[in-house]
Amino acid sequence: MMVTFNLAWTQTLSLWRAGTLRVLVFALVLAVAAITAVSFFTQRVASALNQQGGLLLGGDIAVMADHPIRPAFIKRAQNQGMAHVSTYEFASMVIHGEISQLVEIKAVELGFPLRGDLTIGAKIDDVGQTVKAAPQPGEAWIEPRLANLLAVKVGDEVEVGEHTLRIGAILLREPSRGGDMFSFAPRLLMNTTDLPATKLIQYGSRVKYQLLLAADPQQVNDYFLKTKAELGRGERIEDVRNARPEIKSALDKARQFLGLSAMVSVILAMVAMLLSSLPYIKQSLDTFALMRCFGARQNTVLQVLALQTLLIAFFSAVAGSALGYLAQLGLAKLASSLFVETLPTLSVTPIWVGFAASMMMMVAVVIPHAWQMRNLTAINILRRETLAQPISTQAKFLPAAIVMVVMIFWQAHDTKIAIYTMLAVVALCVVISGFAYGLVGSVQRLFSLPPQNKTLASINLGIQGLKRRAGLSTVQMIGFSMGLMVLMLLALIRGDLVHNWQASLPIDAPNRFVINIQPAQIAGITQFFTQQKIKDTAIFPMVRARLISKNGALINTAQWQDERAKRLAEREFNLSWAATMQSDNRLLAGRWWTPQEHGKPYLSLEQGLAETLGVKLGDKLVFDIAGNQTTHTVTSLRKVEWDTMRANFFAVTPPGLLEPYAANFISSFYLPVGADASLNQLVKQYPNLTVIDVAALMQQVRGIMQKMSSAIAYVFAFSLIAGVAVLYAALVATREERIAEATLMRVFGASRRQVSIAYVAEFACIGLIASLTATIAANFLAYYFSANILNIPFQFNITLAVSTMLIAATVIPLAAWLGLRGFLNIPPRQLLNSI
Amino acid sequence: MQQSPIIQAHDLVYEIITHDNQLRILQGLNLSIATGEQVAIIGSSGSGKSTLLSLLAGLDRPTSGSVQINGNLFSALDEDGRASIRAKTMGFVFQSFQLLPSLTALENVMLPLQLKNHPQAKALSLEALSKVGLSQRLQHYPKQLSGGEQQRVALARAFATEPAILFADEPTGNLDNATGQMIIELLFKMNKEAGTTLVLVTHDIQLANRCQRQLNLQNGRLEEVVSA
Repeated sequence: MMVTFNLAWTQTLSLWRAGTLRVLVFALVLAVAAITAVSFFTQRVASALNQQGGLLLGGDIAVMADHPIRPAFIKRAQNQGMAHVSTYEFASMVIHGEISQLVEIKAVELGFPLRGDLTIGAKIDDVGQTVKAAPQPGEAWIEPRLANLLAVKVGDEVEVGEHTLRIGAILLREPSRGGDMFSFAPRLLMNTTDLPATKLIQYGSRVKYQLLLAADPQQVNDYFLKTKAELGRGERIEDVRNARPEIKSALDKARQFLGLSAMVSVILAMVAMLLSSLPYIKQSLDTFALMRCFGARQNTVLQVLALQTLLIAFFSAVAGSALGYLAQLGLAKLASSLFVETLPTLSVTPIWVGFAASMMMMVAVVIPHAWQMRNLTAINILRRETLAQPISTQAKFLPAAIVMVVMIFWQAHDTKIAIYTMLAVVALCVVISGFAYGLVGSVQRLFSLPPQNKTLASINLGIQGLKRRAGLSTVQMIGFSMGLMVLMLLALIRGDLVHNWQASLPIDAPNRFVINIQPAQIAGITQFFTQQKIKDTAIFPMVRARLISKNGALINTAQWQDERAKRLAEREFNLSWAATMQSDNRLLAGRWWTPQEHGKPYLSLEQGLAETLGVKLGDKLVFDIAGNQTTHTVTSLRKVEWDTMRANFFAVTPPGLLEPYAANFISSFYLPVGADASLNQLVKQYPNLTVIDVAALMQQVRGIMQKMSSAIAYVFAFSLIAGVAVLYAALVATREERIAEATLMRVFGASRRQVSIAYVAEFACIGLIASLTATIAANFLAYYFSANILNIPFQFNITLAVSTMLIAATVIPLAAWLGLRGFLNIPPRQLLNSI
Repeated sequence: MQQSPIIQAHDLVYEIITHDNQLRILQGLNLSIATGEQVAIIGSSGSGKSTLLSLLAGLDRPTSGSVQINGNLFSALDEDGRASIRAKTMGFVFQSFQLLPSLTALENVMLPLQLKNHPQAKALSLEALSKVGLSQRLQHYPKQLSGGEQQRVALARAFATEPAILFADEPTGNLDNATGQMIIELLFKMNKEAGTTLVLVTHDIQLANRCQRQLNLQNGRLEEVVSA
């Protein structure tokens, strides 16, 4: 065994010294670096995003209940060493002098918030300072709105139940507020130690008990899963994704982008490895053929081959992982200023993945050849019949394809996405083969007449090269096309799509909601909008209704396992009506009503809600509205873009149906900076109005978008490196064969010009086909993202398409020619000796 | 009567520089080969036979001295100039066949003709392959052919362009005796039919004796071998 190892070791060293391994090792290192760096970075960014989301929840996860949190849940958090605080939320009256006001009280333990911070000030118009703290015992922090309503300032006292609290600060911003955006009353934040003295929490009080938790992602996940399994009646556990639809939406999009970039990098890296291993294999086979001649046993030869392969894969993986680690370190440093908190620490998984990818790919490439070698006799080799028993191209690439499938599944974490990705790759291969076949065919017909001159003859010869190396040329084109596709997607997604995504939350997106508008006040409010020159406003009606039955079966909340479904079914719906669908909604099933259908008992449901409640198109739902029962047929399902910050509704009916019922109205609008005074005037005029300021929340969503755009750009940089690795590997994959061919052509009297023309013609075709396919694929993908994820109109970028094709058809042959040019100046005799 | 020389070499010197010293392989060698002549260059291994052949064929440039083809100074031309003369006048047969693995037998034979943009590339190639008895193996790739068959394809490729000079470098070196013999018969038969000038490098005295002249390369110089 030692002898075998020594043999493998010395051979690997000599191959390295001879320069044979450099290309392969370079591509392997780059590929492993891309895989590990992307994996490291996406992992860290994903956790950072969760933390970012955690700021809005006040912790990483929250256990909520309508009764005191079970001690077992708290005990579990203590046992796991997780940071935790309890909060209590309930509505109550607060009194100052003669004035009393309904407020949303939140009592928190010291340590709150676990994630993020609060902004407090001494006055209501203060800029304020961010603090990561809770009110001290005896203190209350109140929202500016409450300070106005009660006419109090810092230092004044308010009565909360049977206890008196001193106003310690004005609470200017509370990111964790907004679990229920439509909370009616202003906030009062106090310390839990003061709760008993208030005597507000009595048996039967409606209190939202909450246990906020924070820890590293693994612990959080562990706690989430364990606790979720034990939840009882009235209990739920939430992380940021299911707590906040608008944040969930932004995070999901971000993850999709990151996932895509990572997936592309991994596929590209694998292709680069595959391509760059081909010349190595060819050389190794000759060496091993000779070893057999010299009397080495078959097993010895195979063992040396296996060891040598693993040695190369191992050392490349070491260098690649190190490079990947350093690269992500640099990027994380660059990106850290973008994130509120430091990026979470690393796990070692990406390193294992890089190693596994390198090893698996090398083994996969070598296996078919080892299999082929096992039957060769010494005489086969003496006669240089190493390739006398050819294996088909398909069989040669089968193990590598299997490794790629494994990697795709690993990266996708999702069977459906993995299958779609593979289908896309297969489609890409089929399209490329089709183009290549069609091109060679038409060129053959074109040149079936004797070519008019030597140049045309050389071009013809070059294009015939595509046919001669059909298998390799196709692999090469796939490599080029994938590389180019990434570059184009980069341009499209980074440029168009991200821009559009951010544009979906423009600077003048609504930042105030006004709820509780009475029908008689609509005129006044519209007038206010006109006076303030507030555009793009809409006032939506809302009618409270309770779901009674579905398709004749009474709704029994016990029928749902899912807590969310139970909650949704239990609570009152806000039914709205509209003649036309809102612009940020998209029809997924069924159709919107026509003007003739106004007044008909139809219903359009938000898709997520329909899914949770198990409602399908055509189902009949009965609602109880103020004692009257109305039956509605579900005629359409909609997707709602929650992150547009506009008022949206789970359930909408046609006009002419709900008007008789008591409705109140809601509006969302953009209040320009400095117009608060006039809004306060409006509120004074209509004291029943509740104005909700979502500017802070929007800032959070915008922040996520901003950071994600940057993160995506960084991750794409790795895809770009992988793409360049593929382009390079694709060029060197067939270099030796081409040098041999060019040399022989020159022996037979071809001028360097003729050889160059043939070579350039062949690569121009490769470049053209690859860029054509890449253009189609990239635009198709960009279209998919626009239509299905971003919900924005897709615009075909003709300039980008044409310039990519032109550049590819110029740069690829030029690069190929530059690689060969050196050899054209070496006397053919010297090259003949080496081929 | 001696015809005019098609190949002439004057004071041909070829040196290579190794790590620390200069190795002079050809030392001021003179040679003249008449049109239609068959010349064998013999010598021990490493004597520089193949180097000499490369210089005569313009596959490399001499350190000093000159090579003339048809009275034109060949060795002074640049790479492309020499390639152009090769395309018009020369054919090659190598010891290791030098067929392109990605081309079929027919495509391999067609390659030099295509480079010349010959309108009858295919017809001439088919004819040449038929002459070497490989009409049934047109679409086979080199790896699907035996050594003898591969060398026959190389012969077909060499003669298809109807060259004035054929350079053969150890054409039987990679073949067993019987196959080698068959290739030699074929080579001389085709050479006779075409009236080609043949420059054959070999260490096989028997093979060399089939040529009209034998030249022995020793210590970088050529000596005429006088038949007994």
